[in-house]
Amino acid sequence: MMKKISYTIKCLLFGCLILTYSACRKAAQPIPEQDKALLPPDPTSVVKGFYLLNEGNMNMNKASLDYLDYTTGQYRRDIYNQTNPDVTKGLGDVGNDIGIYGSKMYVVVNVSNKLEILNAHTGKRISLITIANCRYVTFHNGKAYVSAYLGKVGDPNAPNGAVDEIDTASLQITRTVTVGRQPEEMAIVGEKLYVANSGGYSPPNYERTVSVIDIATFKELKRIDVAINLDRVKADKYGDIYVTSRGDYYKIPSKLFVIDTQTDMVKKEFDFGVSNLWIDDDTAYMYSFEFSYITGKNTTTYSMLNVKDETVLDRKFITDGTDSQIKVPYGIAVNPVTKDVLVTDAKDYVSPGTLYCFDPNGKKKWSVTAGDIPAHFAFTY
Amino acid sequence: MVAIQGALCGNLQAQSADTVRSASKDTLKNHHLKEVAIRAGRISSRNTSATPLQILKGAELEKLNSFSVADAIRFFSGVQLKDYGGIGGLKTINVRSLGSNHLAVFYDGVEFGNSQNGQVDLGKFSLDNIEEIALYNAQKGTIFQPAKGFSAGSAIYLTSRHPNFEPGSNSIGKISLKTGSSGLINPSFFWQYKLSDNVYSTVSTEIIHANGRYKFTYTNGVYDTTAVRQNGDITAQRVELGLNGKLRDSSKWAVKGYLYNSDRGLPAAIVSNKFDSNERLWDRDIFVQSSYNKKFSDQYSLMMSAKYANTYSHYVNPDITTTTGLLNDRYYEDELYFSVANKYRINPFWDVDLSADYQWNTLHITENDSAKYRFVPPVRNTLLTALATELHFKRLNIQANVLGTFVKDKVPILSNADNTTEYTPAVLFSWQPTDNPDFRLRGFYKSIFRLPTFNDLYYTFVGYAAVKPEFNKQYDVGFTYNKTLHQQTLVYFAVQTDVYYNHVRDKIVAVPGADLGRWSIINLGKVHIQGIDVNAQATWQVLQDVFINTGIAYTHQKSVDVTNPNDLFYNQQIAYTPVNNGSVLIGGEWRKWYFTYSYIYTGERYSQKYHEVSNYLPPWYTHDAGFTYTTNYNKHKLKLTAEINNLLNQTYDVIFNFPLPGRNYRFTISSTF
Repeated sequence: MMKKISYTIKCLLFGCLILTYSACRKAAQPIPEQDKALLPPDPTSVVKGFYLLNEGNMNMNKASLDYLDYTTGQYRRDIYNQTNPDVTKGLGDVGNDIGIYGSKMYVVVNVSNKLEILNAHTGKRISLITIANCRYVTFHNGKAYVSAYLGKVGDPNAPNGAVDEIDTASLQITRTVTVGRQPEEMAIVGEKLYVANSGGYSPPNYERTVSVIDIATFKELKRIDVAINLDRVKADKYGDIYVTSRGDYYKIPSKLFVIDTQTDMVKKEFDFGVSNLWIDDDTAYMYSFEFSYITGKNTTTYSMLNVKDETVLDRKFITDGTDSQIKVPYGIAVNPVTKDVLVTDAKDYVSPGTLYCFDPNGKKKWSVTAGDIPAHFAFTY
Repeated sequence: MVAIQGALCGNLQAQSADTVRSASKDTLKNHHLKEVAIRAGRISSRNTSATPLQILKGAELEKLNSFSVADAIRFFSGVQLKDYGGIGGLKTINVRSLGSNHLAVFYDGVEFGNSQNGQVDLGKFSLDNIEEIALYNAQKGTIFQPAKGFSAGSAIYLTSRHPNFEPGSNSIGKISLKTGSSGLINPSFFWQYKLSDNVYSTVSTEIIHANGRYKFTYTNGVYDTTAVRQNGDITAQRVELGLNGKLRDSSKWAVKGYLYNSDRGLPAAIVSNKFDSNERLWDRDIFVQSSYNKKFSDQYSLMMSAKYANTYSHYVNPDITTTTGLLNDRYYEDELYFSVANKYRINPFWDVDLSADYQWNTLHITENDSAKYRFVPPVRNTLLTALATELHFKRLNIQANVLGTFVKDKVPILSNADNTTEYTPAVLFSWQPTDNPDFRLRGFYKSIFRLPTFNDLYYTFVGYAAVKPEFNKQYDVGFTYNKTLHQQTLVYFAVQTDVYYNHVRDKIVAVPGADLGRWSIINLGKVHIQGIDVNAQATWQVLQDVFINTGIAYTHQKSVDVTNPNDLFYNQQIAYTPVNNGSVLIGGEWRKWYFTYSYIYTGERYSQKYHEVSNYLPPWYTHDAGFTYTTNYNKHKLKLTAEINNLLNQTYDVIFNFPLPGRNYRFTISSTF
């Protein structure tokens, strides 16, 4: 009888074994880069190419980096993992900004609390600096400046944000200055750093100022009152900075302001919303994608501005009707040589977006599938 | 793939059964006969239900390696469990790809709801005092039920233990202590006392404490990182008090009070450079419910129930500092519910039912919380009325109903959602085509919807009051076959198979806004779902005193997004839905020993709707084993159980970036008195 039982048990165990081996998994491997011939090669191109940082939806750990190489015409999608297979969980969660300074590329990854420092030519990681809740990066005189939503995390009495200064040679944080609540983008004019404070953690008690930091002493000189919930800051070559306000999504609409950095005063205000802008030479290329909780609708507009005399142009940078295909404009950049305009569509935020390229006449030249929430650009030379 | 495994497994057992048959021709012992009869009786409800029914109950449920209701439900076909990992991690399920909000959970006949987010955490329900878990697609196959019973895409009925007092004894009780991996300590106490011949009381209480730590590993073949899950601790208490009775006119009544209180860490997604989290959640559920059933005559029966529920949750995120301190949100929900169901027998084969439910819900947020901004406490009034009819002949049963749903939201300041009035039908049948009662055909059609939740509509940074209900249509046909055999190695077997087609429109989806933490809820998306569910159970008597029970569940499902042909993901399988999944359960009984083995397989899935390498989630399959020894000690029935779960220590995520535990252990000692 025991023999029979043991036979039965053996059979059952054998069954289990089959179950185990027939349901096999593929061996894990780094996510491969996907290359696609997008353009005819142009080996003499002055601008060698550009990186596109895709944010990836929160908690998905799907920030990714694409590279368009003008010299070969290849669109290299999702290059980070193949280039850096040893980095645990890759680029990380929510890529928020990218910038190239010298031979290094700096990628701000918001939820991953990190500033990735990569070789700008190869995309290979050089170093990593952990900065909690970091948002944007800008550069000046051998230093990188990174804004962070909170200067001190976990202190109930410290709602203010900070800007960290990083030495681009030693790759160490050298100085830190406290600014307003939840600072966003920064711009540097002369020896002053301007940072937009949003106060986004405490609605309706938004911040409404731009902090002005003296770079020499790394102290906050003053705050310029602008409007609630500030976001973007871009400098033109005439000593002005362009600041956007997101409004409150209810009654206070989004707006664009111009600050004269000589007087540190708001010198002009435009009564239209701007979500993002890119200043190239004398022209600002802008779009607005504004949601209203009152109408429940999104409104999208594209516009251009002459920054020399701050006048709205009657030209458009999309003229062939492609704008109707763009569901959620999310990123913008202009090739400084060809003046081609790059616009991204984040679509539904949870599937790959599209990168569009328009020629200076506003006609679509090409488009390509990017990563999830394609957003931020950095050109390579 | 699983089907093949199942077939292999089946053959193997048949083969092993054949070889031992010669030795097992002795007559069956009395109690075994009884057991088989009970088993057969239980299966017959599965067999005759017009809607597909899967059920786990009694000893079978007790012997399963399961800590919570969520663990047990994994063995059902057509079910996807969303498990964020660990003892305290959120566990919700969706049935046949309809989304968690289409599932209603009934506890002792009354719905256990959540008006704020519409999802019930099934990890909260321990199996300690649960007698039966039943899952019905569409609805319970009866017309005599509350209107709520008609109102969901599918329904889980949890039934708490009924006492079976020994003659001469007026109490029955159980104490148990579970301990195991992740620092689990779970003492519980259950006691039922006979107050009189017609009234008994129930006390059931437990404490769950765990540090929630477990090792997990992520690798891409180059990096190989192992870490310990942080911030997954939980301390929870549950107390339930019940009174059940019969009146002199043979009507039945029941009253139940329930308290659940927990304090837990919320482990975050494991993302590059950040494995830890500081978020905490406290929640407290209180409810009181009562029911009354009376059969006035052969013609007229009445069923009434009422409930008051109060839910409090408190969320803290120390990583966010506002002008008033750390992010600190408190939510209060209140619910009142009344239900009346009337059944009238017009003639011996024709019944009609009229049911009406009224429900009132509110949601509040305290002052000074960040969530308070522009939040206006909504009030929702819901009236559900169902008119149902049933024709029951000897071999044919047909049910049809129309559900009327009338919803009115009131929001003091901002615009509130439009009033909703919907009429939705369902038709069910069960038919025995031949003289053989073992074989039956069944099918149903049901149209139903789910309302946007309070979060969908009114939560400041998310909600938008113009969200419409999400509709689905379900079609199902299937058969059931069962057979009890005597004097055979195979004592009993049953199989049920259903094919189905579901159509979802105006799917409610959350899309992130332009600004961190700001989401919008919109009606977007159409999904077509085609699938087949197969379930089979068998009992084998391999020796006179060795019984083996086997069960197989298998689901093959194509759930594709058909929103817009221009989308990259058009016609691709929706996120987190495998094409194949299944389970195998084997239980062996020999004298005082019981052995269980279970295997769960979930095929490859994608974490987002577009199918590409970076969204790929490999299949996962876990083997669990358990040994139970039962003995009598001083008139007490003592039971010792040891379980090993995820025997082969597989690393897997159910939800992308939320790792699940590897090999883990659980030990239980319990005494029944």
